[in-house]
Amino acid sequence: MGVVEKGQLMSATEIDRTLQRLAHEIVEKNAGAADLAFIGIRRRGVPLSERLARAIRTIEGAAVPVGTLDITLYRDDLSLVAPQPVVQSSDVPFDVDNKTLVIVDDVLYTGRTIRAAINALFDLGRPRRIQLCVLIDRGHRELPLEANYVGRHVQTSDTQIIEVRLNEIDHQDRVMLVERVA
Amino acid sequence: MPDRLHHLLGIEPLTRQQIEFLLEQSRPFQEIQRHPLKKLATLRGKSVALAFFEPSTRTRISFGTAAARLGADTMNLQAESSSLRKGESLLDTVWTLEAMKPDCLVMRHSASGAPEFVAERVGIPVINAGDGTHEHPTQALLDALTILDRKGRLDALNVTIVGDILHSRVARSNLHLLSKFGARFTLTGPAMWLPRELECLVPNVRREPRIEAALEDAEIVLALRVQQERLHEPQLSLDDYILLYQLTPERLRRARPDALVLHPGPMVRGLEIDPEVADGPQSCILEQVTNGVAVRMALLYLLLGGPPAETKETARAAD
Repeated sequence: MGVVEKGQLMSATEIDRTLQRLAHEIVEKNAGAADLAFIGIRRRGVPLSERLARAIRTIEGAAVPVGTLDITLYRDDLSLVAPQPVVQSSDVPFDVDNKTLVIVDDVLYTGRTIRAAINALFDLGRPRRIQLCVLIDRGHRELPLEANYVGRHVQTSDTQIIEVRLNEIDHQDRVMLVERVA
Repeated sequence: MPDRLHHLLGIEPLTRQQIEFLLEQSRPFQEIQRHPLKKLATLRGKSVALAFFEPSTRTRISFGTAAARLGADTMNLQAESSSLRKGESLLDTVWTLEAMKPDCLVMRHSASGAPEFVAERVGIPVINAGDGTHEHPTQALLDALTILDRKGRLDALNVTIVGDILHSRVARSNLHLLSKFGARFTLTGPAMWLPRELECLVPNVRREPRIEAALEDAEIVLALRVQQERLHEPQLSLDDYILLYQLTPERLRRARPDALVLHPGPMVRGLEIDPEVADGPQSCILEQVTNGVAVRMALLYLLLGGPPAETKETARAAD
């Protein structure tokens, strides 16, 4: 089984503009950046959360702490996926109690990753609220979850894959629509 | 990623790559020991049989804690209270436990090789928690993780092991593990406890009867427990042993200034180790205990966390 590229959904400039807008929305909704913190989900949520934090520093002059979360141990499909996922480190170097945590991920799909992330965050303490920011929402939810901040909604079929490629990991910035072929 | 483990019977058969992977996978579990809420649900619904045919406190509690923190249940069999006293054979006991459908068997036994014997006859992963004088693989892994934390490397270490090496499965597992990373070993203790065969176990082992000389240039000092009931073997009095081999601050000064002191426990202060050393900045003894839970969590995750393993037959064919 292979994959074919069906087209580009976002260019580097579009990703950048979208992140700027999302940063503004986050600041607006929370009336500033006080008690705000980002939680980037491994892997591509991590560079996205760092970029959002930089954008907010420019907008508000405030430093928003950034943590990274690996959700492997909280997945609900460990007995189904092979090969077994490698557990990565999480690093949340601040106290989450009473903070507004914004979970950042590249693509929102079934919602199961976000469910796992919320569980993981509750093991660290009692945040005041948790919000969700994603670059792409592609639909097909299997849980009653929605994002507070969405870069772009994309209609997809379940044979399609959204590939978010980021400089920090993939050495290019673009979002591609890819189709699985038999 | 290295080949998936089916059992952990010893360090000797593992590759360096498999050991590095196990240690790397222990890191996220070290973090969990620092969380306010340490309980995961990753292995919810799984059960781990703890079959300790030889008495144990710390290893059993450590495995039990590791299982509990992953959300697994434990089934406990203890030597003192078991049907072993009533004459049941090892295999009958193990098959009875297996019939209660645990997902993994953690086993300690006084006979070297017993876990391997059992692993060939059950359909679930077996973890060796210490067998006779053969191996104690999770102890060597937690020692390695502790060294890695403090020194940032495992390569080419000068390691001095002090005490009853003859009877020590901890020493053997450590020799195998650190040797795969190019360690040089100096063994010291009463001659009776330093058999020549140990020099053939792994490369770069030398025996040195004087502890002062053995500690020169050491980067890692592994002090072993002295079982007082064994002191008749080298025909030493307790006082003689202390005089000749106790790890004291004066002796430790012959090692490198940043040498680490490890002890697998249970430790007898004032016998094999001076309290000032045990509590000193070079001692890693309590970190070893904390790391033991992390290493055992990683191991349980790797053995039980994935899709159900292939059947026993295919697992064997793959070995």
